Amino acid sequence: MVAHPSSTGQVETALTAVVRKALPGAHGIAGLARLSGGGTQENWAFDGVGADGPLPLILRRAPANLQCAAWTISVPMATEAELIRRASAAGVPSPLVRYVLRPSDGLGAGYLMERVAGETFPRRILRDAEYAGARAAMTAQCGRILAAIQRVDTRGIADLPVLPAAALVAKFRGIYNDFHEPHPVFDAAIRWLEDHLPPPAQPVLVHGDYRNGNFIVGPDGIRAVIDWEFSHIGDPMEDLGWLCINVWRFDSPLPVGGFGDREAVYAAYEEAGGAPVDRNHVRFWEVFACLKYGLICKLFVARHESGSDAAIELAYVGRRTCESEIDILNLLT
Amino acid sequence: MAQNKPTAAQLIGAVKAFLEHEIKPDLKGNKAFNLMVALKSLDIVQRELELVPAFAAAERGRLVAILGHDGSLDDLNAEFARRLRDRELGIDDPGVAQHLRATTLEKLAIDQPQYSGYAQALARDTQ
Repeated sequence: MVAHPSSTGQVETALTAVVRKALPGAHGIAGLARLSGGGTQENWAFDGVGADGPLPLILRRAPANLQCAAWTISVPMATEAELIRRASAAGVPSPLVRYVLRPSDGLGAGYLMERVAGETFPRRILRDAEYAGARAAMTAQCGRILAAIQRVDTRGIADLPVLPAAALVAKFRGIYNDFHEPHPVFDAAIRWLEDHLPPPAQPVLVHGDYRNGNFIVGPDGIRAVIDWEFSHIGDPMEDLGWLCINVWRFDSPLPVGGFGDREAVYAAYEEAGGAPVDRNHVRFWEVFACLKYGLICKLFVARHESGSDAAIELAYVGRRTCESEIDILNLLT
Repeated sequence: MAQNKPTAAQLIGAVKAFLEHEIKPDLKGNKAFNLMVALKSLDIVQRELELVPAFAAAERGRLVAILGHDGSLDDLNAEFARRLRDRELGIDDPGVAQHLRATTLEKLAIDQPQYSGYAQALARDTQ
């Protein structure tokens, strides 16, 4: 058995065996293709083939080489799968998780979920005429879904870190220090964050990557929230800050993902039972989000330099760090 | 060393033209995506070759003014970062915010001149 097959043919063989075992009625797979992008994790699209017709599926798994020493920000795949199940139960639009991989499956760590039809590419969502209705609906949906995320019952979920504001800033300060490469803007930002920590809040589930790009969107709006790998228990305002930073607006002037206004998302979130929105705390989390984005860019480079993943995109993304630096300065100076 | 022609920038231009015209049309999916990233990376290298000498001199000059002594750019920048971290310098001190903005705009001019935040900052700083 291959420990972690990587070629399409190897994945196809192992995946066919998994599907036959795990999905009643399926006898094979078709159309297997690795999806581009996806950042840190691998996403493969395919159809389960059985008597009832094709079943659109996604295999999401950790690459064999994710364990570069610097990469300490992702929850395990099994935790992610359990979070999706719990989120779905709390009313968060989510794909249906069908199977969590076991070591004996020979595909590494990951899970199978049903493939939700729709668009995730942010610029298409912001531009194409067929998503005009979605754009009008998404701001309020973002607020309501975030309130639902914060109602998710996380008791008993393994390996879900608890990171309130102070701990999270300390974690990313440690990540920055470990690079031993000066970015004076980051030093100024970390100091500002340490001086403006919000008071401890009632801890809730934080998605951690809640933004345009991680929503599967149809003409009707958000059909599913995906990519829970940066999730943790933390501050209720954190996801609002991440949602609004400039990099996720994709050249649009609208602060919420390029499609909406801040006050509209705050109102929908509060109306759906979210915590009272403190604008200053959201601003804190926007500055933090810019820092986090910049340091994730650096972590991609670390993976590239470690030799664990030669993908050119990982090297290139390092030269996007300056985006986070100017966004920090546009907020603080 | 005075290297002969073609210059490094010319060689990169030739490689870019080859990739663009002879390789790109044959690629699809993930490989086409990676080629686009490769071309954008070569754009960065071309801009860096052209712009870094002047930018580095300007950055070093600003750091000398803030820190009050001479040194190599790497040493001055490391000291500047350490003093921000240790709270010996703050973003409100004379020249600090202006230097951070100028240096970041120079990085953006090389790395991501299309970025919307760059245009926003330029519009503000040239007002």
